[in-house]
Amino acid sequence: MANAAVYLDTASSEPLHPAARETLLAALDHGYADPRRLHGPGRTARLLLDNAREAIAGALGVRRDEVTFASSGSRAVQRGLLGLAGARAERGRPIAHSAVEHQAVTDAAAWWGAPRELGVDAYGRLDLDAVRSLAPDTAALALQSANHEVGTLQPVAEAAEIAGGVPLLVDACASMGRVPLPHGWDALAGSAHKWGGPSGIGVLLIRHRARWIDPFPAGDPFARTDEPVDIAAALAAAAALQAVVAERDQIGSRQRALIDRIRARVADIADVDVVGDPVERLPHLVTFSFLYVDGEALVTELDRLGFAVASGSACAVDTREPSRVLAAMGALTHGNVRLSLGRETTPAEVERFLDVLPGVVHTIRERAGL
Amino acid sequence: MLCPAPIIALGRSLGSVAIGDLLAVAADDPAARHDVPAWARMRGQEYLGERAAEDGVPVYVVRRLS
Repeated sequence: MANAAVYLDTASSEPLHPAARETLLAALDHGYADPRRLHGPGRTARLLLDNAREAIAGALGVRRDEVTFASSGSRAVQRGLLGLAGARAERGRPIAHSAVEHQAVTDAAAWWGAPRELGVDAYGRLDLDAVRSLAPDTAALALQSANHEVGTLQPVAEAAEIAGGVPLLVDACASMGRVPLPHGWDALAGSAHKWGGPSGIGVLLIRHRARWIDPFPAGDPFARTDEPVDIAAALAAAAALQAVVAERDQIGSRQRALIDRIRARVADIADVDVVGDPVERLPHLVTFSFLYVDGEALVTELDRLGFAVASGSACAVDTREPSRVLAAMGALTHGNVRLSLGRETTPAEVERFLDVLPGVVHTIRERAGL
Repeated sequence: MLCPAPIIALGRSLGSVAIGDLLAVAADDPAARHDVPAWARMRGQEYLGERAAEDGVPVYVVRRLS
């Protein structure tokens, strides 16, 4: 291949940030012991984990005792949501969530029982009137800070205010590090490999004043304990988060301009649905769908040409179900591509992508006889 | 039919009906439920809704407007 692959799928997983790599290598030899033990190596492990906690708290602007670690972002979402629901209600009283939440939320809400789905508009933004009509017996409300497939930012603070006493879990996996945390949450989840930390590290924030109970068997269900995590990886995740927060104004504005450019150029291709809020959105992500185009063929052909992209189309995922997010928004679900830029994505790479895309779409449509 | 075959069939058949006439596609592909209305919106046609064929397969009906 003439060019190394251009990776445009950071919303699925961001490559390790240089700050994380450096910290990971330095910490690998020291974080092996059980941080609950009283011996020297245990104390060292404990110290490293607390350093990671402190760094994450500082980067996010929360209290250190509000930061816990989980074994993944999805796990943090589920522990956070089910812990809020369990502290407030018996099982069977519904968890409400927007129609465009990640599957980690919808799975947890269904497992808890009788979930209630709240509608969204054509940009995928939560309908606040649906929050106004929440039943008072709602066990908990789950809302993402920003949508992971289309980038639209959600009105978290407004929803929290309207929801009143119903506790709010915010799934911030798509946005953590890239934009400031929203206000109004009782628990909030993030995922390190989406900001350039290692995979296998989730962050669950629980407000010190929130009522929360461990949803899984635990010695002390009221203790806000960490799930066992790789301590060197937790420290690397913290270092990456600090670095990403420090550089986000600069990198975010560069990415925002590139996404604006992509949105404008892609909209010139015939029969395309460019999806999501063009302004109130994550800086690095855009989704669009082409009529009459098979999403799997599109992803495969772009991969052959050296571009790694994601797709929410039914034929491009193993469930063979179309994206619930696109469906809830009324967007076209087939022929879908999600692009998400990295911190090093260059304008030249974006231009090369934009130059090949119309031809790829044209060829697939021609094959379909259109 | 798998995605996006029902939509391709709609796109190919649109020209064969007169403006104002109805066109329908039967599809058990779950994406069609979302993609037929999206197709109608993007192509400026009118989506009229869904009914079931005798064998239970959903049939999606549109009116040609242009």
